[in-house]
Parts: sequence; structure tokens; C-alpha cells
Amino acid sequence: MKTEITLTINGKQRKALVEPRQSLADLLREDMRLTATHLGCEHGVCGACTILLNGEPARACIALAITLDGSEVRTLEGLQDDPLMGVLKQSFHEEHGLQCGFCTPGMLISSHDLLQRKKGLDEEQIRVAMSGNLCRCTGYQGIVRSIKAAADKWAEKMTASEEVAS
Amino acid sequence: MKPAPFAYHRATSIEDAIAQLNDDETIARPLAGGQSLVPMLNLRLAPVQKLVDLGRIETLRRVDEQAGRIAYGALLPHAAFEDGRVPDGSNGLMSFIGGQIAYRAVRTRGTIGGALALADPAADWLTTVIALDGQVVLVGPRGRRSLAAADFVTGPYMTALDQAELLESVVIPRRAKTERWGHYKVTRKTGEYADSMAIALFDPDARKARIVVGAVNGAPIVLTKTALEIGEGANEERLQAAIGQELAESDRAFSPAKLKLHVTAALRAIRKAGLS
Repeated sequence: MKTEITLTINGKQRKALVEPRQSLADLLREDMRLTATHLGCEHGVCGACTILLNGEPARACIALAITLDGSEVRTLEGLQDDPLMGVLKQSFHEEHGLQCGFCTPGMLISSHDLLQRKKGLDEEQIRVAMSGNLCRCTGYQGIVRSIKAAADKWAEKMTASEEVAS
Repeated sequence: MKPAPFAYHRATSIEDAIAQLNDDETIARPLAGGQSLVPMLNLRLAPVQKLVDLGRIETLRRVDEQAGRIAYGALLPHAAFEDGRVPDGSNGLMSFIGGQIAYRAVRTRGTIGGALALADPAADWLTTVIALDGQVVLVGPRGRRSLAAADFVTGPYMTALDQAELLESVVIPRRAKTERWGHYKVTRKTGEYADSMAIALFDPDARKARIVVGAVNGAPIVLTKTALEIGEGANEERLQAAIGQELAESDRAFSPAKLKLHVTAALRAIRKAGLS
């Protein structure tokens, strides 16, 4: 039996008919055609399906869509115009933060959340915070470098805009 | 879609959830944050015919602060502890633990009550709540009861929960301000379940210690004799022998390698509490 739920996905209200066993990830990919959310392990280990649920990072593969009626979901597609995401994408490009690209959406969402919550992170702290996202290509060196570079650039931008404001 | 089909009920209250779970005909399970149950559904390891979603029961997110203790609603996520969004009476231990369970994207959803009710031997809250001498409040068809966390867990993935009984809240006594804590966890990868974990608490004013070792194939082990030795000011060598003896005397039949691992974790937690 399918139940109707309403979600705000990337700022737009969307209705969907879901079976109780349908994951948010499947709903996003198959019903909404939002395929930036990737599915790797489908049991909450690899982090490829990480999205923002009510503003906080969550695994879309182990979130049952039916439980989320009324929630706000943001996927990588919905962060297209986000300035911090722009900085992160540029850094991932410059520092070899991706190779095949499979883990990249999850890496970007997780690091976006991290840089919003924490300032002045060192390499070790970035490694620990990103341990929930697996990459099988880069050996992580490029990813850690990308996030560090983005954090530095973002901090610079923030200081510059504060100076303009004052 | 990965899981086998199941029915779904969004509980509107604790009473409603209990009524839905109290059903001999179907395999019904309560759903909290879903960070363990949904992976098990995806892997088709957990047989479920009806899922009773507790997520909308706001009373399960309540915090009740009293002079001597703090009661945390079962549905409070690990991240609420990590971020200090709930009051702390553990000198920061609970916030530390909340911040190192799995990964941030799991901590935003996984709950303290769900973790305890699952009673995975290697999970973090179980050892922590027992170390802090916590209680759990259970509510079911026959009303409410309160149990020491150490009595609540009876084995690996086994608890004192009866049919249709829910874990409502976790009650932690406010620890002495002078008490220090040490934590040590052995994992192959950051965020993974522990191979061993230990928590040591020591109040130098009262000369009272408490040592608990987790990830021990069942309920965490409280090292009472070792704690007494600490109170008497035993040196590290004596403590190492005491921990080894106490673990060996438990009924868990540890392999020599496992025993060494647990002794090491306990000793390092003791060291981190600044005891030796």
C-alpha cells in the first residue's frame, strides 16, 4: 500500500506516493530524477548518499521516505548556487579531490556541513570528520587537501566580507 | 528497494505505540533513528512485518533536569549530546561520547534510546551509561518501571525489555564535579564499532573509582575489584594484573589476544583519567 507524503526538496514542495520500505535515496533518484545522490553500500557505511535532511547531513539510503513526511531535503543539485559549495567544487577540481566521481556528491555534502560547523580545522580533524565517506580512487590525499584548501579560501572570503561590512 | 515489504504505523503517542506493538500475530518493531534497524532491514537480517515509527512522539525528546539527575528522552540524537544542546552532568563525558559515535551523518539521526535498546555489545552508549551508573525508564502495557542500566542489558543484543515495552528515557545521576574520566576505544577505522572500549571514572576527593569495559561479547563488564585497587592507590603494574584477573574470571572465555586488547583499553582509559 502506498501513502502520500509531502517533502520540500531543494526548496520546492513535492508530493510523492511511497511504499513503507522505500528509502529516501530511491525516492530522490527514481521518482524525482535527482541522481546526484549516489547509492553505494545501501546500508549506511559508504556515505555516497549523504544529503541534508532538515539542514543536517543524513544517509538517504537508511532513511525511510515515509517517516519523513513534512521534512526539508536538500541534495547536491539544490546547492548549485551556494557560495561555499562553489568554493568546495573548485578546490576538489584543483586538488584532485575526485577521480571517478562516485563518492563526490557525498564528499561535497559532508565537507560543506563540516566547514559550516567548524573553523580552523587541521588535516587530522578533517580526516576524522570525513571518515564516514569512502573513496576507492584517490587514496584520500587529494580529498583532504581539497577540503583544507576550501576551508582556507572560505575563511579568507569570510574575513574579506566582514571587513567590507564594517 | 532493498527491504522486504512491511506495514507502517506512525505512532501518535507512547500509548499508541505500545498498543501497536502489543500484537501476537505480527512481528512488530519500534523505529527510533533507524541507523541500525534500517541497515538490517536493507540487508534483510531483521524480520519485520510492521514498523512502529516513534519519531513523532515529542515527549520522547524531552529533557528533565533535576538537582541530582538528568533524564534524557530516548529519541535524543547523538548529535544533541555532541553539540551540547542538552544539559550535561557528566563532566563532558556524554558530549565526548556523542561526538565519536559513527559519523556525523549517522549521529544526526541515531538516538541514545535506540542504541541502548538494541544493546549491540560494541556500541558506545551502553558502556557509557553503565559507567555513569545510569538508569533506564521502560514503559509498556503493564506501566512504567525503572532499571539500573547494568541490569537492563542481559547479553549481546539482549535486554530486559518485554513485549511491547519501550525504552522511554535514560536517567544519569549528576557526577561529582571533582570526578575525572578517561575513555579509550580500539577500532580498526574511525567511526567503526569498537573492538574494545573502556571508561574509567575517578573522584580523587572521595577516592572512588569505576571502570567499565565494553565490546566484550555481551553486557559491558564492571571491574569492581580493580576500582577498589584504584581507590587504594595501586600502581599500574598491580592494576594491570587486577584487570587481567577480573576479566579472566568473567564468564566470557576471552582468547589471549582479546584479553590483552581489553586489558590495554582499560589501562589506557585509567591513564587518561589521570590515575597512573
